[in-house]
Amino acid sequence: MKKIAVVSGKGGTGKTVVAASFAALPGSKVMVDCDVDAADLHLLLHPEVKERHEFRGGSTAVIDRGLCRQCGKCSAVCRFKAVKSGPRVERFFCEGCGLCARLCPYGAISMGETVSGEWFVSDTRRGPFVHARLGVAQGNSGRLVAQIRRAAERIAAEEKLEYVVIDGPPGIGCPVIASLSGVDCALVVTEPTLSGLHDARRVMETAAHFAIPVKLAVNKYDLNPEMSGEIEDFCRENGIQFAGRISFDPAVVEALSAGQTIIDSGNRTVGDEIRKIWELLIR
Amino acid sequence: MIISVASGKGGTGKTTIAVNLALSLGDVQFLDCDVEEPNAHIFLKPRLTDERRIFVPVPEIDESKCTYCGKCREVCAFNAIAVLGGTGPGGGSVLVFPHLCHGCGACSIFCPEKAIKEIGREIGMVESGIRDGMGFVHGRLNVGEAMSPPLIRKVKERADSARTVIIDAPPGISCPVITAVEGSDFCLLVTEPTPFGLNDLVLAAGMLRELKIPFAVAVNRDGIGDGKVDDYCAGEKIPILMRIPFSKEIAGAYSRGEPAVSLFPELAGQFRDLFSRIRTVSGSS
Ligand code: SF4
Ligand code: SF4
Ligand code: SF4
Ligand code: SF4
Repeated sequence: MKKIAVVSGKGGTGKTVVAASFAALPGSKVMVDCDVDAADLHLLLHPEVKERHEFRGGSTAVIDRGLCRQCGKCSAVCRFKAVKSGPRVERFFCEGCGLCARLCPYGAISMGETVSGEWFVSDTRRGPFVHARLGVAQGNSGRLVAQIRRAAERIAAEEKLEYVVIDGPPGIGCPVIASLSGVDCALVVTEPTLSGLHDARRVMETAAHFAIPVKLAVNKYDLNPEMSGEIEDFCRENGIQFAGRISFDPAVVEALSAGQTIIDSGNRTVGDEIRKIWELLIR
Repeated sequence: MIISVASGKGGTGKTTIAVNLALSLGDVQFLDCDVEEPNAHIFLKPRLTDERRIFVPVPEIDESKCTYCGKCREVCAFNAIAVLGGTGPGGGSVLVFPHLCHGCGACSIFCPEKAIKEIGREIGMVESGIRDGMGFVHGRLNVGEAMSPPLIRKVKERADSARTVIIDAPPGISCPVITAVEGSDFCLLVTEPTPFGLNDLVLAAGMLRELKIPFAVAVNRDGIGDGKVDDYCAGEKIPILMRIPFSKEIAGAYSRGEPAVSLFPELAGQFRDLFSRIRTVSGSS
């Protein structure tokens, strides 16, 4: 089983379009959408949901107004400013540390487990797909990522699939680290812009920090061929394998709007460019 | 007034709109709260005059006092401490996993032997400066660090309540963006007219409703994709305050790190109109 994560640093570089195309290319695989904040891969893979699971990401303090004597201890000890006047716990800010509950002199605070999302195991015509929906304004996305990756890896082991393909989130923080941890290879998809290069460097440094091999591809490279060249030079100078260029083509957005992967839309140029990248990844 | 610029999906043009709005208004303070991937400085090119390293508290165990009672492990809700058997001093060991620690303070408060003190662990940097009359602050999360909210809070502590503050928020709908937009008077959600843009706009709108922050939409790369974002906004009565057509020139300027208003000064008027509309719909005119 080979685990491949597709990440980008910067959002909107075309990471999901590339990952979805991998689904349609040869090799048995399970797909995982680890961008649980803004999950989009399902829009191209059209899953039929087989299993639904609740995600319990943590707990939140709950104050029993009947027992509370307004001593103010809870708001004094909470380091996350989660206890507002009342006292009332603002759930967006409560990290669930439980300190207030342990220190309330009147036993007025209990910790309630929160259901903060759902995750799914689905069938698609390209094979199994594990994805999730984080509840509105919930934290703990890193833990949800870890949970759906475990599920996907279990499926890959049981069904003897060759690849686990992870569509990762943007950024370099907790859900990205959870998406990258223990993968065999990370593909960074970037765009030929200064921001794209800046952000790709940060996510590549993050991968290097966790000793994960990285390859890089430039999407929409012809929007700024010079900048694409700079990014290729950067890869060469830093010992990062350059995985390929993908052309800008308005038909990509059309395929996306029609809910199709590039491969299924029959776009030969872009399709072949992505195919070459996939072949290099699995070599 | 604090205006945050956010989007569920990354790469929709959030930074473009925040930067050009700030440049068109001039006398504002800009806070780049996308501390995982701070990009606004590429366009604003501020002169950075101040830099502060940011620390979060983590426990440090004095094993000469520790009796390996296990209390710290019991009170830690995040499994950030492990206690391995033993009795007297030096008989066992206590392991702290700094990346799992939220810095809540419970372990040091509850240690019966007062064997835990908190030390600072660096998670990143807050840098600030100016560009012409504009104030600029951004955060930079250290590579390998998992938790950005404490750093985002430090950037926001620098907000100048006497000025118009523009916050460039991180993408998504979870802790980092909530930390960034919390307390804003208004949030502008940037999207693009594609199925991905729509899907993520719906999620971000849900988040802002929960947070009770008034919001409206700006559509970037108008003309690509389809009309479903418009249909959604019309159905939900969410005003669309600005549309920026897809243009290779604007995309080209972006790729070189040049703000669109420097190339097309006529756009500045449109961004000032955007600001007036924001004041009107948010009721703070
Ligand atoms: S610590 Fe307990 S009693 Fe005191 S204000 Fe908080 S909830 Fe009420
Ligand atoms: S559980 Fe922790 S974060 Fe939540 S309100 Fe209590 S002290 Fe604050
Ligand atoms: S609570 Fe204090 S004494 Fe007990 S194991 Fe932890 S550090 Fe040691
Ligand atoms: S400070 Fe809180 S989160 Fe950190 S180790 Fe102590 S109890 Fe755990």
